[in-house]
Amino acid sequence: MNKPAEPNSFRIGPDDEGMYGIFGGRFVAETLMPLILDLEKHWNEAKDDPAFRAELEHLGRHYTGRPSPLYFAERLTEHLGGAKIYFKREDLNHTGSHKINNCLGQILLAKRMGKTRIIAETGAGQHGVASATVAARFGLPCVVYMGATDVERQKPNVFRMHLLGAEVKPVSSGHGTLKDAMNEALRDWVTNVEDTYYLIGTAAGPHPYPELVRDLQSVIGTEAREQIQELEGRLPDAIVAAVGGGSNAIGLFHPFLDDRQVEIHGVEAGGHGLEGDEHCASMTAGRPGVLHGNRTYLLQNDDGQILDGHSVSAGLDYPGVGPEHSWLKDTGRVIYSPILDDEAIEAFQMTTRLEGIIPALESAHAIAHAIKLAPTMGKDQIMIVNFSGRGDKDVHTVGKMLGMEM
Amino acid sequence: MITRIDRRFARLKEENRPALVTYFMGGDPDYETSLSIMKALPAAGSDVIELGMPFSDPMADGPAIQAAGLRALKGGQTLAKTLQMARDFRRDDDDTPIVMMGYYNPIYIYGVERFLSDAKEAGIDGLIIVDLPPEMDQELCVPAIKAGLNFIRLATPTTDEERLPKVLENTSGFVYYVSMTGVTGSALPDTNNVSAAVSRIKEHTDLPICVGFGVKTARQARAIGEAADGVVVGSAIVAAIAQCYDANGKRIEDPAEAVATLVKGLADGVREARLAAAR
Repeated sequence: MNKPAEPNSFRIGPDDEGMYGIFGGRFVAETLMPLILDLEKHWNEAKDDPAFRAELEHLGRHYTGRPSPLYFAERLTEHLGGAKIYFKREDLNHTGSHKINNCLGQILLAKRMGKTRIIAETGAGQHGVASATVAARFGLPCVVYMGATDVERQKPNVFRMHLLGAEVKPVSSGHGTLKDAMNEALRDWVTNVEDTYYLIGTAAGPHPYPELVRDLQSVIGTEAREQIQELEGRLPDAIVAAVGGGSNAIGLFHPFLDDRQVEIHGVEAGGHGLEGDEHCASMTAGRPGVLHGNRTYLLQNDDGQILDGHSVSAGLDYPGVGPEHSWLKDTGRVIYSPILDDEAIEAFQMTTRLEGIIPALESAHAIAHAIKLAPTMGKDQIMIVNFSGRGDKDVHTVGKMLGMEM
Repeated sequence: MITRIDRRFARLKEENRPALVTYFMGGDPDYETSLSIMKALPAAGSDVIELGMPFSDPMADGPAIQAAGLRALKGGQTLAKTLQMARDFRRDDDDTPIVMMGYYNPIYIYGVERFLSDAKEAGIDGLIIVDLPPEMDQELCVPAIKAGLNFIRLATPTTDEERLPKVLENTSGFVYYVSMTGVTGSALPDTNNVSAAVSRIKEHTDLPICVGFGVKTARQARAIGEAADGVVVGSAIVAAIAQCYDANGKRIEDPAEAVATLVKGLADGVREARLAAAR
């Protein structure tokens, strides 16, 4: 594929049709078309409305606990002997991950649009929990679609959603994971068009979702950019984040895209390795296709059938990626690399032992890449890693892999 | 340019009866069986054939068609084989219009230009691509029209007056009115609503209007046929095929015969529609 011409700014996308170069767009059934056009109209009004922004900021501060700290990981830095590593602590947010940033913005939008019912999809359950949380906070009924396989392996989060008053619907079609949950949520939306708001959890789906979710998650990068200048008096040399659908990553990256001196790294799930099908590295090993309303890099076979990926991290277990990441890959602005399951588990343990913080397995992928990069950089250099979520939900998975008695 | 679809609807207009449009999934549960089902359709009373292209993630389909697609993929169906099925069918039948229906990604991966040229050569007359709204017309719709294929658009209850002209702009062959908001195979709504919707669309176009999503019985087919130029039946046919196999996948009945029996009943219903309307 030809590399697209380098734009004057990497922060102006998407265009009016929701495209980032050849990626993105609105590949949906006609029934949904009027709904996403209506969503786009409301979002454009809301994001420029000072009252909306003020309410979101108030909730961010008092409900989520923003701004999240930018923490200097001193012992990890010393251990690796290279660049100074900072963690952007999204794990300290209410509900334990960056997902709440997006959910609060979208529930305010749903209220503004007069919608009375929330639906969401979830893989590991983090977005499901965050959706159930904001639905409880705003008194709206919430239905969460979750693959039957994931319901089995993420029981604590299923229980949390029940406690929060949400209905969890297991999806047994396909292979019962995130992709199937998303199909089922779209089928619900196509049926209940009048009253229902679809709260998508990542920066994917039809336009305007990728842009909307990015804008809501950009609070991560905006804060980090200010914080590092306060702490170090300059911008970082590198920033790193894990990419499943890619919402925490685009949230960190976007405010830095035009700072050309900042090297940007996206980390994909390499699973058991890229030779077979046991991974979720859609950008490294997939090719462009159309799924869930947008064109993006996908894991698929030669007939255009979508494959089920694998990752030890349920949050990265998705065969696609948000369209803006696909564009950033092709333009060369962001470097995407895979991290294997084993490397993520090792980073998980190292971070826990050296810093006393248990990372989510998604975040452990980003840290694993930082562990590779830091020693190749000078001690006067600075790196920010997006610590997207806390790892309490993953202790069973990791314990099992390490052969511990649970 | 006149296609088999245009000729068929012109003839039906002379006969003063609506069309029976039948959908089945190409390759469900295997190539040979599926081809035998396709070949049985015209004699049973199908006027237009919708040939389903299986896709791993059919986001607008209900359980019956989802399962059919998975069976077909498991049976080794590919887009190339679905095109071959049309070619095989065309050896004995050069009149019955064939419309391929499915999702965009397999076509995108096959290559748009290559697909259009192969489809034309295989005897395909039109395309219905669920996830390509008018906003995405440059992808496939415009090239398909140039290649001499009809591009049939779905209009839905959410397509309002303002949007309808945009939906109809590049539509040819016929308009497929989706009778409700929902996935394929759900419950059929009140036929009065359907008739009002058909009248509304007719104010904007001279194309035939076919109505589908939820038609299962001859009685429903007759009721819909009173208002529409065509009645589309899909999930009921696909379900009838599934019922020919037991829980272990063992064939207990001939699917081609089961489908023919069902389609004959539906065709009778459709043929009575105008008589009923006249009464």
